[in-house]
Amino acid sequence: MVLFGRAVTGDLGANPVEELTHRSGDWALRFLLLTLAVTPARNLLRWSLLLRYRRMLGLFAFAYALTHFLIWLILGQSLMWPEIFRDLIGRPYVAVGMLAFVLLIPLAATSAAAMRRRLGATWKQLHRLVYLSAALGVVHFFWLTKADWSEPAAYAMVLAVLLVLRVRRQPARRETE
Amino acid sequence: MLTGSLRHCHCRREICMLIRRPSDILPSEITRREVWQRRRTLLRAALAATGAAVLPAAVRAAEKLPELRKSPLSTEEEPTDYEHVVNYNNFYEFGYKKPDPAERAKEFRTRPWSVRITGACEAPGEIGVEDLLRLFPQEERIYRLRCVEAWAMVIPWVGFPLSSLLQRFRPTSEAKYVAFETLYDPERMPGQRTKVLDWPYREGLRIDEALHPLTILATGLYGEILPNQNGAPLRLVVPWKYGFKSIKSIVAIHLQQHQPPTSWNALSADEYGFFANVNPEIDHPRWSQKYHRNIGDGLFAAKRETRLFNGYATQVGDLYSGMDLKKFF
Repeated sequence: MVLFGRAVTGDLGANPVEELTHRSGDWALRFLLLTLAVTPARNLLRWSLLLRYRRMLGLFAFAYALTHFLIWLILGQSLMWPEIFRDLIGRPYVAVGMLAFVLLIPLAATSAAAMRRRLGATWKQLHRLVYLSAALGVVHFFWLTKADWSEPAAYAMVLAVLLVLRVRRQPARRETE
Repeated sequence: MLTGSLRHCHCRREICMLIRRPSDILPSEITRREVWQRRRTLLRAALAATGAAVLPAAVRAAEKLPELRKSPLSTEEEPTDYEHVVNYNNFYEFGYKKPDPAERAKEFRTRPWSVRITGACEAPGEIGVEDLLRLFPQEERIYRLRCVEAWAMVIPWVGFPLSSLLQRFRPTSEAKYVAFETLYDPERMPGQRTKVLDWPYREGLRIDEALHPLTILATGLYGEILPNQNGAPLRLVVPWKYGFKSIKSIVAIHLQQHQPPTSWNALSADEYGFFANVNPEIDHPRWSQKYHRNIGDGLFAAKRETRLFNGYATQVGDLYSGMDLKKFF
Protein backbone atom coordinates (compact mmCIF):
# COMPACT_ATOMS: atom_id res chain seq x y z
CA MET A 1 0.00 0.00 0.00
CA VAL A 2 2.81 2.35 0.95
CA LEU A 3 4.55 1.44 -2.29
CA PHE A 4 1.39 2.12 -4.22
CA GLY A 5 0.93 5.54 -2.63
CA ARG A 6 4.47 6.47 -3.49
CA ALA A 7 3.96 5.31 -7.06
CA VAL A 8 0.92 7.53 -7.46
CA THR A 9 2.75 10.56 -6.11
CA GLY A 10 5.58 9.94 -8.55
CA ASP A 11 8.07 8.98 -5.87
CA LEU A 12 8.94 5.72 -7.59
CA GLY A 13 10.82 7.37 -10.41
CA ALA A 14 10.41 7.42 -14.12
CA ASN A 15 8.85 4.01 -14.59
CA PRO A 16 6.58 3.32 -11.61
CA VAL A 17 4.98 0.24 -13.15
CA GLU A 18 8.33 -1.44 -13.59
CA GLU A 19 9.39 -0.40 -10.10
CA LEU A 20 6.19 -1.76 -8.49
CA THR A 21 6.48 -5.00 -10.42
CA HIS A 22 10.09 -5.50 -9.42
CA ARG A 23 9.64 -4.60 -5.77
CA SER A 24 6.56 -6.76 -5.22
CA GLY A 25 8.32 -9.65 -6.93
CA ASP A 26 11.44 -9.17 -4.81
CA TRP A 27 9.38 -9.25 -1.60
CA ALA A 28 7.36 -12.27 -2.65
CA LEU A 29 10.59 -14.19 -3.15
CA ARG A 30 12.16 -12.86 0.04
CA PHE A 31 9.20 -13.87 2.18
CA LEU A 32 9.05 -17.24 0.50
CA LEU A 33 12.68 -17.89 1.35
CA LEU A 34 12.14 -16.58 4.89
CA THR A 35 9.25 -19.01 5.29
CA LEU A 36 11.49 -21.84 4.17
CA ALA A 37 14.18 -20.70 6.58
CA VAL A 38 11.95 -21.07 9.63
CA THR A 39 12.34 -24.81 10.19
CA PRO A 40 16.14 -24.91 9.66
CA ALA A 41 16.48 -21.85 11.89
CA ARG A 42 14.42 -23.54 14.59
CA ASN A 43 16.57 -26.64 14.39
CA LEU A 44 19.78 -24.65 14.49
CA LEU A 45 18.75 -22.29 17.26
CA ARG A 46 16.50 -24.82 19.03
CA TRP A 47 13.97 -22.06 19.32
CA SER A 48 10.53 -23.42 18.52
CA LEU A 49 8.81 -20.10 19.06
CA LEU A 50 9.91 -19.25 15.52
CA LEU A 51 7.51 -21.82 14.14
CA ARG A 52 4.55 -19.66 15.12
CA TYR A 53 5.56 -17.08 12.57
CA ARG A 54 5.92 -19.48 9.68
CA ARG A 55 2.32 -19.23 8.55
CA MET A 56 2.39 -15.46 8.78
CA LEU A 57 5.55 -15.28 6.65
CA GLY A 58 4.05 -17.68 4.16
CA LEU A 59 0.94 -15.58 3.84
CA PHE A 60 3.04 -12.46 3.38
CA ALA A 61 4.82 -14.21 0.53
CA PHE A 62 1.46 -15.08 -0.99
CA ALA A 63 0.15 -11.53 -0.57
CA TYR A 64 3.19 -10.11 -2.37
CA ALA A 65 2.99 -12.74 -5.11
CA LEU A 66 -0.69 -11.86 -5.59
CA THR A 67 0.15 -8.14 -5.72
CA HIS A 68 2.95 -8.85 -8.17
CA PHE A 69 0.56 -10.85 -10.35
CA LEU A 70 -2.14 -8.16 -10.26
CA ILE A 71 0.31 -5.36 -11.05
CA TRP A 72 1.53 -7.33 -14.04
CA LEU A 73 -2.01 -8.09 -15.15
CA ILE A 74 -3.60 -4.68 -14.69
CA LEU A 75 -0.85 -2.08 -14.84
CA GLY A 76 1.76 -3.98 -16.82
CA GLN A 77 -0.45 -5.56 -19.45
CA SER A 78 -3.42 -3.17 -19.15
CA LEU A 79 -5.67 -6.27 -19.17
CA MET A 80 -4.98 -6.82 -22.85
CA TRP A 81 -5.97 -10.47 -22.90
CA PRO A 82 -4.53 -11.51 -26.27
CA GLU A 83 -1.16 -10.12 -25.19
CA ILE A 84 -1.45 -11.77 -21.80
CA PHE A 85 -2.14 -15.19 -23.28
CA ARG A 86 0.60 -14.74 -25.85
CA ASP A 87 3.04 -13.99 -23.04
CA LEU A 88 1.88 -16.90 -20.93
CA ILE A 89 2.30 -19.35 -23.76
CA GLY A 90 5.22 -17.87 -25.60
CA ARG A 91 7.43 -16.68 -22.80
CA PRO A 92 8.86 -19.25 -20.45
CA TYR A 93 9.75 -16.75 -17.74
CA VAL A 94 6.15 -15.54 -17.57
CA ALA A 95 4.81 -19.09 -17.53
CA VAL A 96 7.25 -20.15 -14.83
CA GLY A 97 6.40 -17.13 -12.66
CA MET A 98 2.73 -17.80 -13.14
CA LEU A 99 3.14 -21.42 -12.11
CA ALA A 100 5.09 -20.38 -9.01
CA PHE A 101 2.17 -18.15 -8.06
CA VAL A 102 -0.56 -20.67 -8.87
CA LEU A 103 1.16 -23.26 -6.67
CA LEU A 104 0.89 -20.88 -3.74
CA ILE A 105 -2.89 -20.54 -4.05
CA PRO A 106 -3.85 -23.93 -2.51
CA LEU A 107 -1.25 -23.40 0.18
CA ALA A 108 -2.70 -20.06 1.18
CA ALA A 109 -6.22 -21.48 0.97
CA THR A 110 -5.39 -24.33 3.35
CA SER A 111 -3.31 -22.30 5.74
CA ALA A 112 -5.96 -22.00 8.46
CA ALA A 113 -5.46 -24.23 11.50
CA ALA A 114 -8.83 -25.94 10.95
CA MET A 115 -7.91 -26.86 7.38
CA ARG A 116 -4.63 -28.24 8.58
CA ARG A 117 -6.38 -30.47 11.08
CA ARG A 118 -8.94 -31.64 8.58
CA LEU A 119 -6.37 -32.52 5.90
CA GLY A 120 -4.02 -34.31 8.28
CA ALA A 121 -1.12 -35.97 6.49
CA THR A 122 -2.27 -34.68 3.12
CA TRP A 123 -1.67 -31.15 4.36
CA LYS A 124 2.01 -31.82 4.89
CA GLN A 125 2.38 -33.36 1.45
CA LEU A 126 0.44 -30.54 -0.16
CA HIS A 127 2.54 -27.90 1.51
CA ARG A 128 5.74 -29.41 0.17
CA LEU A 129 4.73 -27.56 -3.02
CA VAL A 130 6.29 -24.52 -1.44
CA TYR A 131 9.75 -25.83 -2.41
CA LEU A 132 8.71 -26.10 -6.02
CA SER A 133 7.17 -22.64 -5.94
CA ALA A 134 10.32 -21.07 -4.49
CA ALA A 135 12.50 -22.85 -7.03
CA LEU A 136 10.28 -21.68 -9.88
CA GLY A 137 10.38 -18.16 -8.43
CA VAL A 138 14.16 -18.15 -8.59
CA VAL A 139 14.13 -19.57 -12.14
CA HIS A 140 11.63 -16.83 -13.07
CA PHE A 141 14.05 -14.20 -11.75
CA PHE A 142 17.01 -15.72 -13.61
CA TRP A 143 15.09 -15.96 -16.83
CA LEU A 144 14.01 -12.33 -16.92
CA THR A 145 17.42 -10.93 -16.05
CA LYS A 146 19.26 -9.20 -18.87
CA ALA A 147 22.89 -9.34 -17.90
CA ASP A 148 23.66 -8.80 -14.22
CA TRP A 149 22.92 -12.17 -12.67
CA SER A 150 24.30 -11.42 -9.23
CA GLU A 151 20.89 -10.79 -7.63
CA PRO A 152 19.06 -13.90 -8.85
CA ALA A 153 22.25 -15.84 -8.09
CA ALA A 154 22.09 -14.65 -4.48
CA TYR A 155 18.49 -15.88 -4.16
CA ALA A 156 19.47 -19.18 -5.77
CA MET A 157 22.30 -19.62 -3.25
CA VAL A 158 20.00 -19.02 -0.30
CA LEU A 159 17.46 -21.45 -1.70
CA ALA A 160 20.17 -24.05 -2.34
CA VAL A 161 21.44 -23.77 1.24
CA LEU A 162 17.90 -24.14 2.60
CA LEU A 163 17.24 -27.18 0.44
CA VAL A 164 20.53 -28.82 1.42
CA LEU A 165 19.64 -28.35 5.08
CA ARG A 166 16.34 -30.16 4.46
CA VAL A 167 17.84 -33.01 2.50
CA ARG A 168 20.43 -33.60 5.19
CA ARG A 169 17.75 -34.09 7.80
CA GLN A 170 15.53 -36.18 5.59
CA PRO A 171 17.29 -39.63 5.83
CA ALA A 172 17.29 -39.57 9.61
CA ARG A 173 13.58 -38.90 9.66
CA ARG A 174 12.88 -41.65 7.17
CA GLU A 175 14.51 -44.24 9.44
CA THR A 176 12.18 -43.41 12.26
CA GLU A 177 9.10 -43.60 10.09
CA MET B 1 35.75 30.79 -11.85
CA LEU B 2 36.28 32.00 -15.37
CA THR B 3 32.87 33.60 -15.63
CA GLY B 4 33.14 35.03 -12.15
CA SER B 5 36.26 37.04 -12.81
CA LEU B 6 35.09 38.30 -16.17
CA ARG B 7 31.74 39.30 -14.87
CA HIS B 8 33.57 41.19 -12.21
CA CYS B 9 35.57 43.12 -14.85
CA HIS B 10 32.42 43.92 -16.64
CA CYS B 11 30.87 45.36 -13.48
CA ARG B 12 33.95 47.43 -12.82
CA ARG B 13 33.74 48.93 -16.25
CA GLU B 14 30.16 49.88 -15.63
CA ILE B 15 31.14 51.56 -12.39
CA CYS B 16 33.87 53.51 -14.22
CA MET B 17 31.37 54.61 -16.77
CA LEU B 18 29.09 55.84 -14.06
CA ILE B 19 31.88 57.87 -12.49
CA ARG B 20 32.99 59.46 -15.73
CA ARG B 21 30.89 62.18 -17.13
CA PRO B 22 29.03 60.95 -20.21
CA SER B 23 30.73 63.49 -22.47
CA ASP B 24 34.12 61.97 -21.67
CA ILE B 25 33.35 58.75 -23.42
CA LEU B 26 34.26 58.50 -27.03
CA PRO B 27 31.68 56.67 -29.13
CA SER B 28 34.45 54.30 -30.23
CA GLU B 29 35.10 53.30 -26.65
CA ILE B 30 31.66 51.92 -26.08
CA THR B 31 31.33 48.23 -26.64
CA ARG B 32 28.34 47.60 -28.80
CA ARG B 33 25.69 45.43 -27.19
CA GLU B 34 25.87 42.79 -29.92
CA VAL B 35 29.62 42.56 -29.50
CA TRP B 36 29.66 41.91 -25.80
CA GLN B 37 26.75 39.62 -26.16
CA ARG B 38 28.67 37.67 -28.74
CA ARG B 39 31.66 37.63 -26.37
CA ARG B 40 29.49 36.14 -23.67
CA THR B 41 28.26 33.51 -26.09
CA LEU B 42 31.83 32.69 -27.04
CA LEU B 43 32.75 32.61 -23.42
CA ARG B 44 29.96 30.21 -22.69
CA ALA B 45 31.00 28.02 -25.58
CA ALA B 46 34.60 28.09 -24.36
CA LEU B 47 33.42 27.17 -20.91
CA ALA B 48 31.35 24.41 -22.34
CA ALA B 49 34.31 23.10 -24.25
CA THR B 50 37.19 23.51 -21.84
CA GLY B 51 36.32 25.00 -18.51
CA ALA B 52 33.64 22.40 -17.90
CA ALA B 53 36.17 19.85 -16.71
CA VAL B 54 37.04 21.89 -13.63
CA LEU B 55 33.48 22.46 -12.58
CA PRO B 56 31.50 19.94 -10.56
CA ALA B 57 28.91 18.01 -12.52
CA ALA B 58 25.93 19.82 -11.03
CA VAL B 59 27.20 23.19 -12.17
CA ARG B 60 28.25 21.82 -15.51
CA ALA B 61 24.89 20.24 -16.21
CA ALA B 62 23.18 23.56 -15.68
CA GLU B 63 25.42 25.24 -18.25
CA LYS B 64 23.36 26.30 -21.22
CA LEU B 65 24.84 25.87 -24.66
CA PRO B 66 24.82 28.86 -26.99
CA GLU B 67 21.87 29.35 -29.30
CA LEU B 68 21.08 26.19 -31.19
CA ARG B 69 19.81 25.66 -34.67
CA LYS B 70 16.45 23.94 -34.78
CA SER B 71 16.08 21.02 -37.10
CA PRO B 72 13.25 19.98 -39.42
CA LEU B 73 14.10 16.42 -38.40
CA SER B 74 12.87 17.07 -34.86
CA THR B 75 9.61 15.56 -33.69
CA GLU B 76 6.77 17.78 -32.50
CA GLU B 77 6.08 15.48 -29.59
CA GLU B 78 6.36 16.75 -26.05
CA PRO B 79 9.82 15.94 -24.63
CA THR B 80 10.06 13.68 -21.58
CA ASP B 81 10.68 15.51 -18.29
CA TYR B 82 14.30 16.49 -17.82
CA GLU B 83 14.33 14.76 -14.42
CA HIS B 84 13.41 11.45 -16.02
CA VAL B 85 15.87 11.86 -18.88
CA VAL B 86 18.78 12.31 -16.47
CA ASN B 87 17.71 9.84 -13.77
CA TYR B 88 16.47 6.80 -15.68
CA ASN B 89 19.47 5.52 -17.56
CA ASN B 90 20.91 2.30 -18.85
CA PHE B 91 24.64 2.92 -18.68
CA TYR B 92 26.12 -0.28 -17.30
CA GLU B 93 29.58 1.27 -16.99
CA PHE B 94 28.12 3.06 -13.97
CA GLY B 95 25.92 0.30 -12.53
CA TYR B 96 23.13 -1.94 -13.67
CA LYS B 97 20.10 -0.23 -12.17
CA LYS B 98 18.39 2.78 -13.73
CA PRO B 99 19.28 5.35 -11.03
CA ASP B 100 22.91 4.15 -10.73
CA PRO B 101 24.45 6.21 -13.55
CA ALA B 102 23.05 9.52 -12.23
CA GLU B 103 24.49 8.68 -8.83
CA ARG B 104 27.80 7.11 -9.78
CA ALA B 105 28.82 9.17 -12.83
CA LYS B 106 28.79 12.44 -10.88
CA GLU B 107 32.56 12.61 -10.51
CA PHE B 108 33.33 11.25 -13.97
CA ARG B 109 35.77 13.60 -15.72
CA THR B 110 35.19 14.09 -19.40
CA ARG B 111 38.18 16.37 -20.12
CA PRO B 112 40.62 15.93 -21.66
CA TRP B 113 38.79 13.73 -24.16
CA SER B 114 39.48 12.82 -27.73
CA VAL B 115 38.17 10.40 -30.30
CA ARG B 116 40.40 8.29 -32.55
CA ILE B 117 39.15 7.78 -36.10
CA THR B 118 40.98 4.93 -37.79
CA GLY B 119 40.67 2.28 -40.48
CA ALA B 120 39.37 2.66 -44.01
CA CYS B 121 39.78 6.41 -44.40
CA GLU B 122 42.27 8.68 -46.12
CA ALA B 123 43.00 10.87 -43.14
CA PRO B 124 42.92 8.82 -39.94
CA GLY B 125 43.54 10.80 -36.80
CA GLU B 126 42.42 11.97 -33.44
CA ILE B 127 40.09 14.83 -32.64
CA GLY B 128 39.50 16.55 -29.32
CA VAL B 129 36.03 17.24 -28.02
CA GLU B 130 36.70 20.99 -27.97
CA ASP B 131 37.48 20.82 -31.68
CA LEU B 132 34.32 18.84 -32.33
CA LEU B 133 32.25 21.52 -30.64
CA ARG B 134 34.08 24.24 -32.54
CA LEU B 135 34.13 22.64 -35.97
CA PHE B 136 30.60 21.32 -36.21
CA PRO B 137 27.60 23.58 -35.70
CA GLN B 138 25.53 22.14 -32.87
CA GLU B 139 21.83 21.82 -33.42
CA GLU B 140 18.82 20.64 -31.52
CA ARG B 141 17.32 17.30 -32.52
CA ILE B 142 14.19 16.22 -30.69
CA TYR B 143 13.99 12.48 -31.19
CA ARG B 144 11.97 9.57 -29.91
CA LEU B 145 14.06 6.99 -28.10
CA ARG B 146 12.77 3.44 -27.85
CA CYS B 147 14.58 1.12 -25.48
CA VAL B 148 14.71 -2.63 -26.19
CA GLU B 149 13.13 -3.00 -22.72
CA ALA B 150 9.83 -1.64 -24.06
CA TRP B 151 9.93 1.86 -22.64
CA ALA B 152 10.39 5.10 -24.53
CA MET B 153 11.24 8.77 -24.14
CA VAL B 154 11.32 11.91 -26.27
CA ILE B 155 14.68 13.65 -25.87
CA PRO B 156 15.78 17.07 -27.11
CA TRP B 157 19.36 16.18 -28.01
CA VAL B 158 22.04 18.65 -28.99
CA GLY B 159 24.55 17.44 -31.52
CA PHE B 160 25.67 17.23 -35.11
CA PRO B 161 25.38 14.67 -37.90
CA LEU B 162 27.82 11.78 -37.61
CA SER B 163 28.29 12.11 -41.36
CA SER B 164 29.98 15.54 -40.94
CA LEU B 165 32.59 13.97 -38.71
CA LEU B 166 33.13 10.91 -40.89
CA GLN B 167 33.42 12.94 -44.12
CA ARG B 168 36.20 14.97 -42.55
CA PHE B 169 38.32 11.83 -42.31
CA ARG B 170 37.43 10.84 -45.89
CA PRO B 171 36.23 7.22 -45.75
CA THR B 172 37.47 5.01 -48.60
CA SER B 173 35.33 2.64 -50.63
CA GLU B 174 36.37 -0.13 -48.25
CA ALA B 175 34.49 1.52 -45.42
CA LYS B 176 31.36 -0.63 -45.33
CA TYR B 177 30.82 -0.54 -41.58
CA VAL B 178 31.58 1.79 -38.70
CA ALA B 179 32.65 0.37 -35.32
CA PHE B 180 32.38 2.44 -32.14
CA GLU B 181 34.01 1.92 -28.78
CA THR B 182 33.30 3.36 -25.32
CA LEU B 183 36.08 4.35 -22.93
CA TYR B 184 37.54 1.42 -20.98
CA ASP B 185 38.69 2.59 -17.58
CA PRO B 186 37.45 0.53 -14.61
CA GLU B 187 38.96 3.15 -12.28
CA ARG B 188 36.55 5.76 -13.58
CA MET B 189 33.76 3.45 -14.68
CA PRO B 190 33.03 1.21 -11.69
CA GLY B 191 30.57 -0.96 -13.59
CA GLN B 192 33.45 -2.26 -15.71
CA ARG B 193 34.98 -3.94 -12.64
CA THR B 194 32.37 -6.67 -13.04
CA LYS B 195 32.35 -8.56 -16.30
CA VAL B 196 28.64 -8.22 -16.96
CA LEU B 197 29.43 -7.34 -20.57
CA ASP B 198 32.68 -7.89 -22.43
CA TRP B 199 34.13 -4.40 -21.90
CA PRO B 200 34.68 -2.00 -23.52
CA TYR B 201 31.16 -1.54 -24.86
CA ARG B 202 31.14 -1.83 -28.63
CA GLU B 203 28.58 -0.89 -31.22
CA GLY B 204 28.42 -0.70 -34.97
CA LEU B 205 26.48 0.60 -37.94
CA ARG B 206 26.47 -0.09 -41.63
CA ILE B 207 28.05 2.87 -43.45
CA ASP B 208 24.76 3.99 -45.02
CA GLU B 209 23.14 4.01 -41.58
CA ALA B 210 26.07 5.95 -40.17
CA LEU B 211 25.86 8.56 -42.93
CA HIS B 212 22.07 8.94 -42.68
CA PRO B 213 21.07 12.50 -41.76
CA LEU B 214 19.08 11.26 -38.74
CA THR B 215 22.20 9.72 -37.19
CA ILE B 216 23.88 12.19 -34.89
CA LEU B 217 26.62 12.45 -32.33
CA ALA B 218 25.10 14.11 -29.27
CA THR B 219 27.02 16.54 -27.11
CA GLY B 220 24.11 17.80 -25.06
CA LEU B 221 20.44 17.60 -24.21
CA TYR B 222 17.82 20.10 -23.17
CA GLY B 223 20.13 22.88 -24.42
CA GLU B 224 22.82 21.88 -21.95
CA ILE B 225 26.09 20.01 -22.04
CA LEU B 226 25.45 16.27 -22.03
CA PRO B 227 25.12 15.06 -18.42
CA ASN B 228 27.62 12.32 -17.57
CA GLN B 229 24.92 9.70 -17.02
CA ASN B 230 23.66 10.25 -20.57
CA GLY B 231 26.99 9.41 -22.18
CA ALA B 232 29.19 12.49 -21.88
CA PRO B 233 31.01 13.94 -23.58
CA LEU B 234 29.97 12.35 -26.84
CA ARG B 235 27.46 9.66 -27.72
CA LEU B 236 25.76 8.23 -30.74
CA VAL B 237 22.02 8.70 -31.31
CA VAL B 238 20.28 6.50 -33.90
CA PRO B 239 16.58 7.17 -33.30
CA TRP B 240 15.13 4.32 -35.38
CA LYS B 241 17.10 1.65 -33.54
CA TYR B 242 16.78 0.33 -30.00
CA GLY B 243 18.59 2.50 -27.48
CA PHE B 244 21.47 0.13 -26.88
CA LYS B 245 22.80 0.92 -30.37
CA SER B 246 23.35 4.53 -29.30
CA ILE B 247 26.73 3.97 -27.66
CA LYS B 248 27.90 6.40 -24.98
CA SER B 249 31.20 8.10 -24.07
CA ILE B 250 32.86 7.24 -27.38
CA VAL B 251 36.66 7.15 -27.63
CA ALA B 252 37.19 5.29 -30.89
CA ILE B 253 35.56 5.06 -34.31
CA HIS B 254 36.87 2.53 -36.79
CA LEU B 255 35.88 2.28 -40.44
CA GLN B 256 36.06 -1.24 -41.79
CA GLN B 257 34.98 -3.69 -44.44
CA HIS B 258 33.30 -6.28 -42.21
CA GLN B 259 30.46 -6.13 -39.75
CA PRO B 260 31.99 -5.40 -36.34
CA PRO B 261 31.17 -7.39 -33.19
CA THR B 262 28.81 -5.54 -30.84
CA SER B 263 28.40 -5.91 -27.08
CA TRP B 264 24.81 -7.00 -26.50
CA ASN B 265 24.84 -9.13 -29.62
CA ALA B 266 27.95 -10.91 -28.32
CA LEU B 267 26.22 -11.56 -25.00
CA SER B 268 23.03 -12.93 -26.50
CA ALA B 269 22.78 -13.06 -30.28
CA ASP B 270 19.19 -14.31 -30.42
CA GLU B 271 17.97 -11.44 -28.25
CA TYR B 272 19.94 -8.48 -29.57
CA GLY B 273 20.55 -8.32 -33.31
CA PHE B 274 23.22 -6.28 -35.04
CA PHE B 275 20.64 -4.09 -36.74
CA ALA B 276 18.31 -3.76 -33.74
CA ASN B 277 15.83 -1.71 -35.74
CA VAL B 278 12.71 -0.91 -33.74
CA ASN B 279 10.10 -3.34 -35.05
CA PRO B 280 6.81 -4.26 -33.35
CA GLU B 281 6.58 -7.45 -35.42
CA ILE B 282 9.78 -8.94 -34.10
CA ASP B 283 9.59 -9.78 -30.43
CA HIS B 284 12.47 -10.01 -28.09
CA PRO B 285 12.50 -13.73 -27.21
CA ARG B 286 11.48 -12.89 -23.64
CA TRP B 287 9.03 -10.07 -24.17
CA SER B 288 6.80 -8.46 -26.76
CA GLN B 289 7.92 -5.40 -28.70
CA LYS B 290 4.39 -4.54 -29.89
CA TYR B 291 3.81 -1.93 -27.21
CA HIS B 292 5.89 0.33 -25.04
CA ARG B 293 5.41 2.57 -22.08
CA ASN B 294 6.29 6.24 -22.39
CA ILE B 295 8.33 7.37 -19.42
CA GLY B 296 6.38 10.04 -17.58
CA ASP B 297 2.99 8.69 -18.66
CA GLY B 298 2.38 7.50 -15.12
CA LEU B 299 0.97 4.48 -13.43
CA PHE B 300 -2.38 4.07 -15.11
CA ALA B 301 -1.59 5.20 -18.63
CA ALA B 302 -2.21 2.76 -21.42
CA LYS B 303 0.76 1.39 -23.25
CA ARG B 304 1.52 2.83 -26.65
CA GLU B 305 1.85 1.03 -29.91
CA THR B 306 5.40 0.71 -31.14
CA ARG B 307 5.91 1.70 -34.77
CA LEU B 308 8.23 0.23 -37.38
CA PHE B 309 11.63 1.99 -37.23
CA ASN B 310 10.28 3.90 -34.22
CA GLY B 311 8.12 6.02 -36.52
CA TYR B 312 11.02 6.98 -38.81
CA ALA B 313 10.05 4.51 -41.55
CA THR B 314 9.58 7.18 -44.24
CA GLN B 315 13.11 8.45 -43.67
CA VAL B 316 14.98 5.17 -43.20
CA GLY B 317 12.81 2.48 -44.79
CA ASP B 318 14.84 2.64 -48.02
CA LEU B 319 17.99 1.53 -46.22
CA TYR B 320 16.42 -1.87 -45.70
CA SER B 321 14.40 -2.40 -48.87
CA GLY B 322 14.52 -6.03 -49.94
CA MET B 323 16.07 -7.09 -46.65
CA ASP B 324 14.48 -9.85 -44.58
CA LEU B 325 13.89 -7.97 -41.35
CA LYS B 326 13.03 -11.19 -39.52
CA LYS B 327 16.42 -12.62 -40.33
CA PHE B 328 18.41 -9.41 -39.96
CA PHE B 329 16.72 -8.12 -36.84
